[in-house]
Amino acid sequence: MRALLLRDLRLAFRAGGGFGLGLAFFLLVAVLVPLGVGPEGSTLARIAPGILWVGALLACLLSLDRIFALDFEDGSLDLLATAPIPLEAVVAVKAAAHWLVTGLALTLAAPVLGVLLNLPGQGHVWLVASLAAGTPALSVIGAFGAALVVGVKRGGLLLSLLVLPLYVPTLVFGAEVVRRGAMGQDVATPLLLLAGITAGAWAALPFAAAAALRVNLR
Amino acid sequence: MSIWEYANPKKFMQTSAVVVPWVAGLAVLCLAAGLVWGFFLTPDDYKQGSTVKILFVHVPTAMMAVNAWIMMLVASLIWLVRRHHVSALAARAAAPVGLTFTLIALVTGAFWGQPMWGTWWAWDPRLTSFLILGLFYLGYIALWGAIEDADTAADLTAVLCMVGSVFAVLSRYAVQFWNQGLHQGSTIMKVGEKDPLDPAYYVPLVVCIVGFIALFVALVLIRTRTEVRARRLQALLARERVAE
Repeated sequence: MRALLLRDLRLAFRAGGGFGLGLAFFLLVAVLVPLGVGPEGSTLARIAPGILWVGALLACLLSLDRIFALDFEDGSLDLLATAPIPLEAVVAVKAAAHWLVTGLALTLAAPVLGVLLNLPGQGHVWLVASLAAGTPALSVIGAFGAALVVGVKRGGLLLSLLVLPLYVPTLVFGAEVVRRGAMGQDVATPLLLLAGITAGAWAALPFAAAAALRVNLR
Repeated sequence: MSIWEYANPKKFMQTSAVVVPWVAGLAVLCLAAGLVWGFFLTPDDYKQGSTVKILFVHVPTAMMAVNAWIMMLVASLIWLVRRHHVSALAARAAAPVGLTFTLIALVTGAFWGQPMWGTWWAWDPRLTSFLILGLFYLGYIALWGAIEDADTAADLTAVLCMVGSVFAVLSRYAVQFWNQGLHQGSTIMKVGEKDPLDPAYYVPLVVCIVGFIALFVALVLIRTRTEVRARRLQALLARERVAE
């Protein structure tokens, strides 16, 4: 399993193009929004939590089809399916690798973009906390969606149609944590619910994704 | 005699051929009676005027939009567990009907909300979760359309339906987090409690609900029959190709 994780990470870093782009996309969203809505600090501060979460979510979406599509095309997914580790573990490891190169990077980059969007100082802690708690759920839900459409040619658009509705609860709670944090309110309830979604998604979705992969490899 | 006999496509086609005209007739009868009664023979509400009458379309379609998804979930489970093709086809047949009911509920709600709330749309928990339900229907239908192999498509959409159900429920409670919203609670189940729905509205509403349920059953049966026939046609064509 560790070998698989290292392989995926190495591929992500060396192949280029895929995962670094997510971060650049996130940066561009944070730059374009002030250009669109105007530079008033108070407006930006009010919409910053939502914009940052939507931006992170879309950036995460960009690289989802890479989780399984390349391995499916060159046949290594068949090898992984016959490997001695269960397919559920393969899914979990691949989702973890996806999170390490996108979710974690987005989480670390988010405070800088928070400054760009004039997010109040006390919100930054909760921005990082909510992204750290929420982006793992985005990765594993995305891995499930990618497993569903892995057999479809040019399934990228279909993937976003399937995955975005599944992202709704994560987005609502994540943005709510940042909004409350920025206004200095109590964040415990949405943060716990967000962590609950992440834990539940990681517990259940690798099984659903593995089932979908088995159907697609049949 | 068990319900699983209807998993046999032949048996299903025979029975549904007899059932469809009756259910469709019941739907036409109930909808005609309920809607005419509701629209023309009930008094105007003292506050809402005649806009209250949108209730007779809005409430039944909203109920059926949710029930259609539940029916798809049950049919998907049956397909995954017992591999009955009719079940998978019924789930496929129900999705566009459910999506249409969702859209009707949203649009009629907007027509009612414009004079009553002063807005076509509000990001209210009930409205938002219905919009999300519509997106789930769209994704489900798109996945059916995208995959060529029928059994693969049935398996994958069944898995999506199960996961989607969990997330649809989660979304329902997540959006409730903002506020309790503009939309009033349900009054149908309040018979016998205080502040119930007036019987003058209640009776035609029940007729309409029965009518929409019958309409849903009839549409799903007809669409499932079409899917079964399409399958048979494909099988025939395949056999012909082999014979050549």
